[in-house]
Amino acid sequence: MAEAAHIPDEAETRARWGAFAFTDENLAKAKTIIARYPDGRQRSAVMPLLDLAQRQVGAETQTQGWLPVPVIEYVAAMLDMPYIRAYEVASFYTMYNLAPVGRYHVQVCGTTPCLLRGSDDVMAACANKGLVKGKTTPDGLFTLTEVECMGNCANAPMVQINDDNFEDLDYDRTIGILEALAAGESPKAGTQIPGRHTSEPEGGPTTLKQMVDANHDYRGEW
Amino acid sequence: MPKLTVDGIEVEVPQGATVLQACEAAGKEIPRFCYHERLSIAGNCRMCLVEVKPGPPKPQASCALPAMDNQEVRTNSEMVKKAREGVMEFLLINHPLDCPICDQGGECDLQDQSVAYGRGGSRYDENKRAVTEKYMGPIIKTVMTRCIHCTRCVRFAEEVAGTEQIGAIGRGENMQITSYLEKAVSSELSGNVIDLCPVGALTSRPYAYEARPWELKKTLGIDVMDAVGTNIRFDSRGREVLRVLPRVNDDVNEEWAHDKTRYAVDGLMRRRLDKPYVRRDGKLVPASWAEAFQAIADVQAGSSVAAVAGDLLDCETMFAARELLAKMGSTLIEGRQTGLKYDVSSLAAVNFNTTLNGIETADAILLVGTNPRWEAPLVNTRIRKAIKHGAKVYGIGAEIDLTYKVEWLGNDMSLLASLPEAVAEAFKGAKRPAIILGGGALAVEGAHGAALALAETFNLVRDTEDGPWNGFNVLHMAASRMGGLMLGWAQPGGMADLVAARPKLLFALGADEVDFSKFDGSFKVFVGHHGDKGAAAADVILPSAAYPEKNGTYVNIEGRVQMSDKAVFAPGDAREDWSILRALSEVLGHKLPFDSFAECRAAMIAAVPALGFEGLASYDWSPPKLAASPSGEVGYPIKDFYLTNAIARASATMQRCSAELLHGEEMLEAAE
Repeated sequence: MAEAAHIPDEAETRARWGAFAFTDENLAKAKTIIARYPDGRQRSAVMPLLDLAQRQVGAETQTQGWLPVPVIEYVAAMLDMPYIRAYEVASFYTMYNLAPVGRYHVQVCGTTPCLLRGSDDVMAACANKGLVKGKTTPDGLFTLTEVECMGNCANAPMVQINDDNFEDLDYDRTIGILEALAAGESPKAGTQIPGRHTSEPEGGPTTLKQMVDANHDYRGEW
Repeated sequence: MPKLTVDGIEVEVPQGATVLQACEAAGKEIPRFCYHERLSIAGNCRMCLVEVKPGPPKPQASCALPAMDNQEVRTNSEMVKKAREGVMEFLLINHPLDCPICDQGGECDLQDQSVAYGRGGSRYDENKRAVTEKYMGPIIKTVMTRCIHCTRCVRFAEEVAGTEQIGAIGRGENMQITSYLEKAVSSELSGNVIDLCPVGALTSRPYAYEARPWELKKTLGIDVMDAVGTNIRFDSRGREVLRVLPRVNDDVNEEWAHDKTRYAVDGLMRRRLDKPYVRRDGKLVPASWAEAFQAIADVQAGSSVAAVAGDLLDCETMFAARELLAKMGSTLIEGRQTGLKYDVSSLAAVNFNTTLNGIETADAILLVGTNPRWEAPLVNTRIRKAIKHGAKVYGIGAEIDLTYKVEWLGNDMSLLASLPEAVAEAFKGAKRPAIILGGGALAVEGAHGAALALAETFNLVRDTEDGPWNGFNVLHMAASRMGGLMLGWAQPGGMADLVAARPKLLFALGADEVDFSKFDGSFKVFVGHHGDKGAAAADVILPSAAYPEKNGTYVNIEGRVQMSDKAVFAPGDAREDWSILRALSEVLGHKLPFDSFAECRAAMIAAVPALGFEGLASYDWSPPKLAASPSGEVGYPIKDFYLTNAIARASATMQRCSAELLHGEEMLEAAE
């Protein structure tokens, strides 16, 4: 991606992460994951293991985590696969971070449905809070990325922050969430419209209205 | 055997063939970028679209579609034409229009196919994508903006070379082909990706901006950098061989060549001996041919003469030298410069009997003191193929990375006499077992005999359902070895016999690996093309022609007789070897009976008829009984893959490969 951060200096990352190894807890998890696949097909576990490694890196650095080259190599070696193959996977999926991110990785969806529903306002809110695309804020709290469709189109516009989705946003709600996160609170995930639960139609059902309370046979009306 | 029609032509193809192959069988050309006969099918360039009935009403990628009975394939319909134009237009969207400065120009698949199948004009006026260059080592030059993501190089590195270092990172528009962390690709076969690349993304670094393909004279030759006898083509302009490319020969090199074959040729322009030299007062000074010959005649050697053949020699040279010595009254000729003295009473016992093609079908292989990755990289790819078909490979020797899984038994040659039970079981159960004995093993006393004993124990020579099978193989490293042995260039005691004879006159024919200090009392005549160790020790230097500069016959490790043509003239006063020996013979008073190369070759064929037939020479299997109690460790003779002979040592490219790929870490440490 044009705005993606460049991979950090190799010598530096090797010095910092060269000795990376899974914690006992994660190692046990990794073994469980590998055991899900048949013998000789252990490479299939590369994606969950990379995720696990990224989370461990995140825990160690108090951020959302990323995948330094030595960590990718550690996972590849564990699965007995060439480094380049693991690196291909890590570079293919945008949810693996190849450069450090902040404590909150703010991924704003900018695909058409979100765009139509006001993702520009969400971006503006982020910009006004000092977030710059592809960069981490100086306090190390937020990293902003624009991403493609996250599959929440019924609740557009949306933003994914770490493992949570925040949906039905507008300018003020976005500011509110970012401020709450900066203050160390954990705002409610999911839809931000009061009274809405998930992705049901706003303001009550618009179709199949008679089905709300009891079963209804529509066939006579066709 | 599916039967189908292609544009109305009925063809029958083998089960499992693709529609693309069926189209080719019908004589239809199908444009393609990602499909390659020797690589797995990727199906990602979409250039090979054809119309197939029955099937969905849209063009289909013929390379990935199995041919089936009663298919109707159209390759010339309007739909196909439109589909090809569309694919081509998409491919060209991000391909730069830099053909005038691109080294692939003139031999570019994209260029040719866009002329043949493209629209003729562009409708695209957005910005094009640009990709940073990726460093892939001293051999491969990259201009990744030109890449069309066919992934041939990725598949080659994974499937054939076995060094998985090239990959595609990123996705979609941002996908980039790169080596891992943009480091040099450390494969001996890396140069092949340059041939595989259908565009100018991967081109040859040493050959960059040297020539256009239509300027080059193409001559068919045989490679001498190892003993495989790779079929090559010299591309020369004027007096210079600019590059070497492999030719297709499924029995020998398929269509690969290793980096030394390809890139050692720049050594032909450096450190060349281009005039005769005579040593006067301890110093070599230039001389005329007559002076040089006279200096040799002045030795008055009589029959006290010996000759050593180098590793790169053609059979004709060795024959002429043998005849000259015979006329002088000596039979002291030896080709195994480093002092090996294995038994050569039966050539079958020192031959690669399985044949290069056959080793692919072996199901149990024992490597004895050999590093095929360096001694014969193309044999290594064959062994890799055997493993893919399910072969088990065991190794005796120090553990090395051969790009495939080897079960190392240990570095102890006594293992040969007492193989572990599991290995013995595997060999007994195998249908097509094979042993490969390397040069390192031949140097160990008794190893040859022990291996031959194993051949008998495991019944390596047998009749199988698919014909006779001989699983006993010796892997030589010198291109001249099998030819030399056929011409009798071996003494029972090896070089030691020559040393013991204390010859007054010693001919070193391109022999650079000899320990000349043992020949202090001899008058040393070096007939060769490069100023290397042999020339430094010589008393008289007669400059001769290197392998692209002469016609010649070569015999490869499997006993395949092949002939190479002359591409360019030798520099300066240098002459072809046979003519030097012919001229010298007259001065010495023992005139050789041929006045042209053709007569020399005819005389050689009269003496050894097998050398007259291109193809496999047949050696009768009658192994000698030899001492069979080897012991001790075995070493690998090649210490530096890129610098094994005088030409490679003179080559700037090979020196750089050696420094960077083999000694890169040491250099970094030294710099720190």
